[in-house]
Amino acid sequence: MILTRPSEYRDLLARSKSIAMVGASSDPLRPSYTVFSFVRTGGLFSVVPINPKLDEIDGLRAYPSLVQYAEALGAPDIVDVFRNPASVLPVVDESIAVGAKAIWFQYGVINEEAIARADAAGIDVVVDRCIKVEIARFHGGLATAGLNSGVITSRRSGVR
Amino acid sequence: MNDRTFGFATRAIHAGTPPDPVTGARAAPIYQSSAFVFGSTEEAAELFALRGYGHIYSRISNPTVASFEERMASLEGGLGAVAFSSGLAAQLAIVLALARNGDHILCSQSVYGGTITQFSITLERMGIAVTFVPLDDPNAMRAALRPETKMLFVETIGNPSGSIADLKELAAFAHDNGFPLVVDNTFASPYCCRPIEFGADIVVASATKFICGHGTTVGGIVVDAGRFDYGSARFPLLSEPSRGYHGKIFTETFGEYAFLMRLRAEILRDVGAQLGAHDAWLLLQGLETLPLRMERHVANAQAIAQHLERHPDVVWVRYPGLPSHPDHARAARYLPRGAGSVFTFGIRGGRDAGRRFIDALELWSHLANVGDAKSLVIHPASTTHSQLNDQEMLAAGVAPEAIRLSVGLEDREDLLWDLERALAQAHSGEAASR
Repeated sequence: MILTRPSEYRDLLARSKSIAMVGASSDPLRPSYTVFSFVRTGGLFSVVPINPKLDEIDGLRAYPSLVQYAEALGAPDIVDVFRNPASVLPVVDESIAVGAKAIWFQYGVINEEAIARADAAGIDVVVDRCIKVEIARFHGGLATAGLNSGVITSRRSGVR
Repeated sequence: MNDRTFGFATRAIHAGTPPDPVTGARAAPIYQSSAFVFGSTEEAAELFALRGYGHIYSRISNPTVASFEERMASLEGGLGAVAFSSGLAAQLAIVLALARNGDHILCSQSVYGGTITQFSITLERMGIAVTFVPLDDPNAMRAALRPETKMLFVETIGNPSGSIADLKELAAFAHDNGFPLVVDNTFASPYCCRPIEFGADIVVASATKFICGHGTTVGGIVVDAGRFDYGSARFPLLSEPSRGYHGKIFTETFGEYAFLMRLRAEILRDVGAQLGAHDAWLLLQGLETLPLRMERHVANAQAIAQHLERHPDVVWVRYPGLPSHPDHARAARYLPRGAGSVFTFGIRGGRDAGRRFIDALELWSHLANVGDAKSLVIHPASTTHSQLNDQEMLAAGVAPEAIRLSVGLEDREDLLWDLERALAQAHSGEAASR
C-alpha cells in the first residue's frame, strides 16, 4: 500500500522497531549520514547501515546487503532508501525477498516501477519523504524549530 | 490525530501549542530561560551539528518563540517560520540569507518608508544594491533585472498608498527570472491574504501590528513556503559549502528546509535579533483573536472610509475597499475578506488643516504604529515617510496632505463622532482645544 497521509506515516513509525538504511554514509556532510545519526541517537529505533563500501558507521556494523542483514538480524520493519532512483529496483527485490514490511524512499528517490513493484508485493511504501522529518513531526522535533508540524491536539499525551 | 485540515480560527488558537506534556499547562508556558541543558554530550554534539532537534540557547531558538513561529507558519500556509525582534530585523535577515556584497535586489516603490531607508541606505553601504520599481510597469521591471538580482520585495497592501500587489503576476515574473518573491503581509495579516497561496515564496511581517493586535509588543516574523529551489548558481550562500558549518551545503542537506535552516542557524545565530520568550507569548495571545479582530477592523474601516468619502471637508479617500481606489478589483481578488484597516485620506485645506485635525482628535491616538485595537492617526509626510525625498514620496503614494488612519475596534459611532469634531475644528480656523 502506498502511504500518503501524515497519520499513515505516524502509524507506520509507531508499529516499526528496526530500520535498515540502504546507502547510509559515514560522511558528516551527506544527508544520509545526518538522517542515520539522527535515528541512531534518537533511541526510538534500532537502525543498521547497509553499504557494501563500509565496515561500520559510528561503531555500528554495516552490512553489505539486505540479504546479509536479514540473515543476521531478521526481516527489517522499514527499509529506508538513499540511492539513485535508477538503481533502486534491486533494493525492492531484496526487500521483498527478505520479507521487509515497508520501504521508505527518501527525498528525490522516485522510481515508478520500483514503487509499483513494492506495492504489488504487499509492502507499505512511502515516497519522496524524509524519515527524519516524519519522526520529528510526531515527536516534537519540528515544533522546536518553528516548523509547521500540522499537529493540532488538546490531549496531554500528544499525538496518538 | 487524524488527517483533518483544521480551519483558520482553530489554527489561530491551537497551532504550535499542544498541552505542555510535563505539566499539562493548557496555555503556552513562557520558557524564560537563556539556555537549555543537554541530555548527554552526544545529544549536544548532534544539536550543534544541526542533525538533532532541540533548544541550545534562546538567541537561536526557544520553546515559547517556537510555538509562535509554528502558529504563524500554519496561518500563512508555510513550511516553517523564524521570529525576529522586529519586522525590520526580519526583512534584513531575509536579505542577508540570500544576498551579499555585490548582489542586487528589486523592491516595490510603494512600501513603508523604513523599508526604503533600510534598503537604499543601510544595504547600499553594505554593498547590496537595490532598485525601486513601479510594480505596474513591466518594462521598468525588466530593465531593472541583473544577473545578481536575488529577490523581489513587495507589500501585499502598500503603506500608505493602499496599492495592491498583483501577487500571481509578480510571482511569475520573479520565478521566470530565477529568484523568489518576498511579500510583506503586515497590513493584510494572514486572515485577509495568504500570499503563499498566490505563489509567494517568503512572507515577512511586522508582528507588532495586527498579529499582536494590542500595541504591546514589537516583533517580526518570516514564513517560508519551502517551494523555491535555491540549488542554482545564483544562490551560492545556500548551494555552496558553508564556512560556518564545516562545508555543509544547505540545499543538499536540508532540501526544502534549506532557506529556513540558513535563516536560523546562520543569520539569526550571528545577528542576534531574536524575539524574547515573553514577547512571543504576548504575540500568541494576540493571534488567538486575530480572525475576530480582523473582521471588526475591516468592518469599521469600510464604514469610516465610506463616511469620509461623502464628507465635504475630505478631498479624497484611498482605501482599496472603496470602488474609487484604482486597485479595488485587485483587492477583491486577493483580499476577499477585506483590505485591512489602514488607509489615507486628503483633508481640504492641505497640510495645515491636517495638523489642526490631528491636534483636535480626542479618541484617536496620534502615534507611529498601525494594527492596534485602538484607533490611530498620523501624518506620513512628516513622520513615517519623512526620510524620503519628494520624488520618493510621490512614488510611494504619500501626498503632503495625506492623513493615515489605522481603524481600531472601538464603537464605530464614537470613532465617527471624533472624526466629525476634528474635521469641523480643523476648518473653524481655531487652534485645537483639548
